[in-house]
Amino acid sequence: MTGDVVLDARAVGKRFPGVVALSDVDLTLAAGEVHALVGENGAGKSTLIKVLTGVHPPDSGELVFQGGPVRFSRPLDAQAAGISTVYQEINLVPLMSVASNLFLGREPRTRWGLMDFRAMNTAASTLLRSYGVEVDVTRPLRTLGAGVRQMVAVARAAATDARVVILDEPTSSLEPREVDTLFAIIDRVRAGGAAVLYVSHRLDELYRICDTVTVLRDGRKVHSGPMAELPRLRLVALMLGRDLEQIRKEGTTKFDSAQPEARQTPVLAAKGLTSPHLLHGVDVTVRPGEIVGLGGLLGAGRSETVRAIAGSLPVDSGTVTVAGKSVRSGSVAAAMRAGVVMLPEDRKSDGILPDLSVRENIVLAALPRLSAAGLVSRKRQDTIVDTFIRRLRIKASSPDQKVGELSGGNQQKVLLARLLCREPKVLLLDEPTRGIDVGAKAEVQALVAELAAEGLGVVLISSEFEEVVEGSDSIVVLREGHVVAQLRGGDVTEQKLIAALAEGGDG
Amino acid sequence: MTAVTEQAAVAVADKGMTKREWIAGLVQRRGSVVVLALVILVSSFSFDTFATLDNARNVAMQSSFLAIVALGMTFVIISGGIDLSVGSVYALGGVLAAIGIQWGSVAGLLLPLVVCGGIGLLNGALVAYGRLAPFIVTLATLLGARGLLLAITDEGANTRLMPRDAVLTQIGQGTLLGFGYPVWIAVVLFAVGVVVLQRTRVGHSVLAIGGSAEAARLMGLPVARRTMWLYTASGLLAGLSGALAAAYSASGVTIVGVGFELDAIAAVVIGGTLLTGGAGTVGGTLAGVLLLMVIQNVINQIGTLSSHYQSVVSGAFLAAVVAIQAYLSRAHLGRERST
Ligand SMILES: Nc1ncnc2c1ncn2[C@@H]1O[C@H](COP(=O)(O)OP(=O)(O)O)[C@@H](O)[C@H]1O
Ligand SMILES: [Mg+2]
Repeated sequence: MTGDVVLDARAVGKRFPGVVALSDVDLTLAAGEVHALVGENGAGKSTLIKVLTGVHPPDSGELVFQGGPVRFSRPLDAQAAGISTVYQEINLVPLMSVASNLFLGREPRTRWGLMDFRAMNTAASTLLRSYGVEVDVTRPLRTLGAGVRQMVAVARAAATDARVVILDEPTSSLEPREVDTLFAIIDRVRAGGAAVLYVSHRLDELYRICDTVTVLRDGRKVHSGPMAELPRLRLVALMLGRDLEQIRKEGTTKFDSAQPEARQTPVLAAKGLTSPHLLHGVDVTVRPGEIVGLGGLLGAGRSETVRAIAGSLPVDSGTVTVAGKSVRSGSVAAAMRAGVVMLPEDRKSDGILPDLSVRENIVLAALPRLSAAGLVSRKRQDTIVDTFIRRLRIKASSPDQKVGELSGGNQQKVLLARLLCREPKVLLLDEPTRGIDVGAKAEVQALVAELAAEGLGVVLISSEFEEVVEGSDSIVVLREGHVVAQLRGGDVTEQKLIAALAEGGDG
Repeated sequence: MTAVTEQAAVAVADKGMTKREWIAGLVQRRGSVVVLALVILVSSFSFDTFATLDNARNVAMQSSFLAIVALGMTFVIISGGIDLSVGSVYALGGVLAAIGIQWGSVAGLLLPLVVCGGIGLLNGALVAYGRLAPFIVTLATLLGARGLLLAITDEGANTRLMPRDAVLTQIGQGTLLGFGYPVWIAVVLFAVGVVVLQRTRVGHSVLAIGGSAEAARLMGLPVARRTMWLYTASGLLAGLSGALAAAYSASGVTIVGVGFELDAIAAVVIGGTLLTGGAGTVGGTLAGVLLLMVIQNVINQIGTLSSHYQSVVSGAFLAAVVAIQAYLSRAHLGRERST
């Protein structure tokens, strides 16, 4: 089924200050195969991709592309050679239209050499429609959701006549249905004889679509071979560097928060949240120690609900009460003072300050607490930062490493640390494990359960149903801004959730 | 192929454009033109001497020099940068034209273009390849060019006159259909600018670079090269404008152009270009320039007001525009994402 070797990376090494990101990594991509690249967060997957595509020059090793040695010094060179890439952090221009983003650099031109917008827009619509996305291509990309943006990025990469298509965690912001569409696209690319390098943390997806797999751990290649010959457990064991027995025991990890007592006053009571076109009278109640999941599909109003609670989405009506006290709506500051903190969906644009250090990112929020008479004691800072780095197992070369240099999962943990040092009462988590590998995901889930056990109220959003079901004590199911069902106790199962989504429940 | 097309289309939560977004976009793009029209309309009724052909010629002439500088600035700002050196480079261009003209008009035009283009190239190389902040780099060349200017003119002691009959001087002073050549040159340059920004791949890539330089780089656009040439063009245009202004007044004066870069930036921003880059229009900049110049003209018409009030009014205007932009873009951002 697979053909000639298209791209061969030999003994590639790459170090960053304080970190060896890759050492002696080999990777061979053959025509017509989908090659999985897996590893925990920080294993070096994104770095390997950036080395392959000319973003980072390798420190050692060589690249052989279509039979000849190559050295890409810019992304442009790799693209011109026929390697197209969707990087992990979606890289498109938000202010520009969908069509412009698809065609930047290869815009159709009239015979006068000017851009032909009509042709470009038509081609863009046709292309996206063939990928199952219906959208007005003249709209600025910024006005569209993460799922559509991701599809645009993929369409852009797959549309060029590439010999190699690289996808770094393309499904992390996609809904299940969109994942199907993506896989159809990948099939098409594979059938066309190109090689696909596919990075994902979702094991189901890997086994569904990939032919071959390479596993990285701590910057080294630990395995490479046919996907079908590698049992799941062994794959996880390879990624984590633990033995199978250990995994079997821990594999059943679940949130096991204490059952909340119904009598307790809710730590969070949101009633009748209404915002035009987005929310229509949404109620959410969370008791101390309880984790309430929000179920729903793209556009159901899950993010809007938590944003309304956190005060970042203005509401027309509805009240939010925290621990019995009502909170002024539409004010993030008021919500924070009341003890409500939110982990936003899009950490890149909403939360993290990539150029500041891990320490600064964490203490930023804690400043009011750390300062005595306006001075921030460095020692207090250090204690808090060290505690969180240890407790959340943040992998950084030092507290002074820039957050932008950390892997996605570790950035997420830094954000979480920042929220936690405010000692909140209510924690709103919007896709807390998006783009995080299985190991870190279990850690984050365990951590959330731990926090709930300490009496925190948690609202959890995840597009992975399994995660919502496993993680929540009860689930509020939303559709088009309405609450269509409430699942409690024994009803918190994937089947019931899907049924509620499909039928809208009875009330 | 069919496997994909036959699939039910992924339902995209299409939120449509709200009225507010629509208004935001409109104010952004056309606000300066509307205000310009209003100011002209009101002034025409208020002052007999305003809506005359003579006055129009006068304003057009005054505007042309700033417009040419602001054109280069528009591209630089859209790309996410800034060029503070243009005021000094403008003055340098004028003095170099006056020096060069002693070897003929061609030399009088080439000398400023080569030197000022060179300064722009230096700016561009340092920003694009040296990865230095545009603000700092062009502040350095602002000071450097001013110093060079003072050095070659003995601290500005000698003002060089340009022979009235030279071709270059004639380009500065001659007219076509009543309007001076510099006006026509500015019009042609702006027409080219509009086409380049809106209808060419180069213009498109400038918008992309300003929108997100990292994304543009990862998409394979030649970000560094583009950036370098933008600053070069800005230097060239500033030098050309200076040379034309010198030709117009038949003298190369050292002290002109102080703060000219700020007028250019103000015109660009008033014209609806985002100071943060990624969006803007050449036409808007033209409206911004005219607006500044018309306000100045009106204040002169009033006569009793000190001309310093021009700065006050322009400043107030700029603040209002930036405030509206900020407000509208926040309105925009509030709707950026969905579940
Ligand atoms: N630009 C950078 N500067 C410094 N360190 C980096 C940079 N990019 C990645 N790293 C480090 O290299 C390691 C590998 O990261 P990455 O390739 O992003 O992992 P993965 O994609 O597998 O999660 C991590 O320790 C990360 O902190
Ligand atoms: Mg990664």
